[in-house]
Amino acid sequence: MASGVPLQKTKTAVKRISSEEGWLNMASENESSGSKAVSDAPAKASLVNDPRVRAIFYQALLLAGVVWFFIYIFGNLNANRASQNIRTGFDFFGNTSSFDIGFTLIDYDRSSTFLDVLIVGFLNTMLVAVIGIILATILGFALGIARLSSNWIVARLATILVETFRNIPLLLQMFFWYFGVLKLMPGVKQSLELPLFIVFNNRGIVTPAPILSDNFNTVWIALLITIVAAFFVTRWANARQDATGIRPPAARINAAMIIGVTGAVWLISGASLNWSIPVLIGFNYQNGIHIPPEFLALLWALTIYTAVFIAEIVRAGILAVPTGQSEAAKSLGLKEGDRLRQVIIPQALRVIVPPLTSQYLNLTKNSSLAVAIGYPELVSVFMGTSLNQTGQAVEVVAVTMLIYLTLSLTTSAFMNWYNARIALTER
Amino acid sequence: MTDTKQGSVAFVRSEMVPDAPPPTSTQGVIGWLRVNMFSSIGNSILTLLSLYVIYVAISGVYAFTVTNAIWEGTGGAACRVENVGACWPYIGNRLTFFIYGFYPDTEYWRPNLAFAIGGVLLFLLATPQIPGKVITGALFLIVYPVVTYFLIYGGSFTGLLQVPTEKWGGLMLTLVVAVTGIVASFPIGVVLALGRRSKMPLVRSVCVVFIELWRGVPLITVLFMASVMLPLFLPEGTNFDKLMRALVGVTLFTAAYTAEVVRGGLQAIPKGQFEAADALGLNYFQATMLITLPQALKIVIPGIVNNSISLFKDTTLVSIVGLVDLLGAVRAGTATGTWSAPTIPVTGYLFAAAVFWVFSFAMSRYSQYMERRLDTGHKS
Repeated sequence: MASGVPLQKTKTAVKRISSEEGWLNMASENESSGSKAVSDAPAKASLVNDPRVRAIFYQALLLAGVVWFFIYIFGNLNANRASQNIRTGFDFFGNTSSFDIGFTLIDYDRSSTFLDVLIVGFLNTMLVAVIGIILATILGFALGIARLSSNWIVARLATILVETFRNIPLLLQMFFWYFGVLKLMPGVKQSLELPLFIVFNNRGIVTPAPILSDNFNTVWIALLITIVAAFFVTRWANARQDATGIRPPAARINAAMIIGVTGAVWLISGASLNWSIPVLIGFNYQNGIHIPPEFLALLWALTIYTAVFIAEIVRAGILAVPTGQSEAAKSLGLKEGDRLRQVIIPQALRVIVPPLTSQYLNLTKNSSLAVAIGYPELVSVFMGTSLNQTGQAVEVVAVTMLIYLTLSLTTSAFMNWYNARIALTER
Repeated sequence: MTDTKQGSVAFVRSEMVPDAPPPTSTQGVIGWLRVNMFSSIGNSILTLLSLYVIYVAISGVYAFTVTNAIWEGTGGAACRVENVGACWPYIGNRLTFFIYGFYPDTEYWRPNLAFAIGGVLLFLLATPQIPGKVITGALFLIVYPVVTYFLIYGGSFTGLLQVPTEKWGGLMLTLVVAVTGIVASFPIGVVLALGRRSKMPLVRSVCVVFIELWRGVPLITVLFMASVMLPLFLPEGTNFDKLMRALVGVTLFTAAYTAEVVRGGLQAIPKGQFEAADALGLNYFQATMLITLPQALKIVIPGIVNNSISLFKDTTLVSIVGLVDLLGAVRAGTATGTWSAPTIPVTGYLFAAAVFWVFSFAMSRYSQYMERRLDTGHKS
């Protein structure tokens, strides 16, 4: 029905609002076409003009298109796979991978299966993502607050850092840290020996590893219990404050409880904690925890790149709190720290949390760039090496994408819940 | 204070004492420093610490890029010395490779011309004071890509030497990927945004699934998918070159992000606009094209520019799937035998970083300018 004619008319009408003619023309046009449709059946419009009928028609058309599209590509896919002798299905997960992975969190060797490869890759991705998120949050908040500092030079310095790292591609930064810095560190024989027996060379960092005795579990349990108890103490303190206006020293109670109780349990249980110190034997350091340079470069680049974006989010969030709030807090006689903690931050968080979530997701997704420097995370070991070994592109790509998709959707679900919890409760 | 009193008491002044100058500690440079840099002990420590950091950073960068840098030489040998800084001859020597890749050097005028036209069109489109946005927009979104394709690729009726895409590279390829991604994803993104706001459940869910699928996965997986899966999805024998595959991946990925930005713009338009369009008797197509979409697109300009910045930076990922973009060219250069010296990688990456930074920073400034310009001062 929407032919070119009425459109043309409307355009002139909108362009020249003063010209009455255009409006009149359009109106008469509509009236005439409307009356034509109505004339046959005065009570009901024709089926062609019924929005519900049209909606069903359009959706049927779309559905047909989508179905045709999938039939078409899967038809081609099957034909191509048949002619190229590519196997199908997911039974390759049980096959032996027969390749090594340099950095694993679980036991893995050449005889492990592709399912193990997937798990190794996923765990490595999660490792860098979790540590990166923690570091980027700390650095990002610090930078964001520094940009708003009353100290001129601190604010400028933070601005320069943010503007520099925000506008350079992450992959480039990663290459810079990896090929330009970490790979140029001294060799094993000339390693830098840092305090606390930490060794730094072009093969990464070696740190002392804690050796825990078997009964150390009791200490962990004590720690866990006291942390849970601390949570309840804080709630009790909040309730007291709401009721009486006086806040019990919850922070001190909690610190004393966590350190005191856990320490006491440690002493009584006789659990021992030893350190395995890295020592140079032959051509490499033995003992200790080896952190490969790929991991360091990836973590460092991800942390800085994400932190500068978080800094901008934090700054915007704090600026979004009206100045009146801060003035009211001052006039109530709150100290600087209390003002930030009790008045500004809780309100700023409402603005900060949603974009912060997407930065966390971005960091997790960006960790996939590690494929370029060879850190064995999900994309690198599964979409890279495993895909080459099995040749089953469709299954491998689908599984990888599904994992990222699940991560994304879970994170956004969690953050939506959190967001709803801290949302403004209007009384 | 009458005259008689003044005259009668000898020790009372007959005129006002001139204003004393404010204490030196609150004005001028010293006052400014006290307020802005040394207002408390903590602030003074921070200031001194920052000054030290700035000193270390500037002296380090200066030593690396100027005093210790090598300025002349014809190979990596010149830069293989103790405590060497940046190796600038490497950049000078490989500059055309960084810009054009393997593009034949007699044909450099073609990409140059293409990007000059693009620059002019973009300037006309981006300057709010210049009228005729519809025409320049159409030129940029429809005519320009076609012209550029024939200009850079050549062959067929043009009479120009055909340059296969394997020879494209460097900054030229980066710009081709970025511009194609932005231009091609735009219409798809708008359609998806409209679809996501549709009242028809099936249309809406197809759009939501499409958008969330691409937004939920990293670009690198999309590029991998495009390079290994796309050929399997097409009829046997269809040959699809590497650049084309990457472009398809980049376009689909960006379209999802554009869709979310445009949706934000559509949501920001007051409901009254939609109702007014309905009341005028406009059908959906007319109401969208004449009333809602123009307003929505105007307010999402900063968002679109921000998207373009991330896309521009993300184009570096195509180097992972085997294309030689600017970063790929720099990286390929550092691996060759003639140019191997300890600081060559850093030099190359600093150069590439500077190029990327200039483009991205300019775009972000433009986006901030538009944001200020479009800010009417009253929200909702």
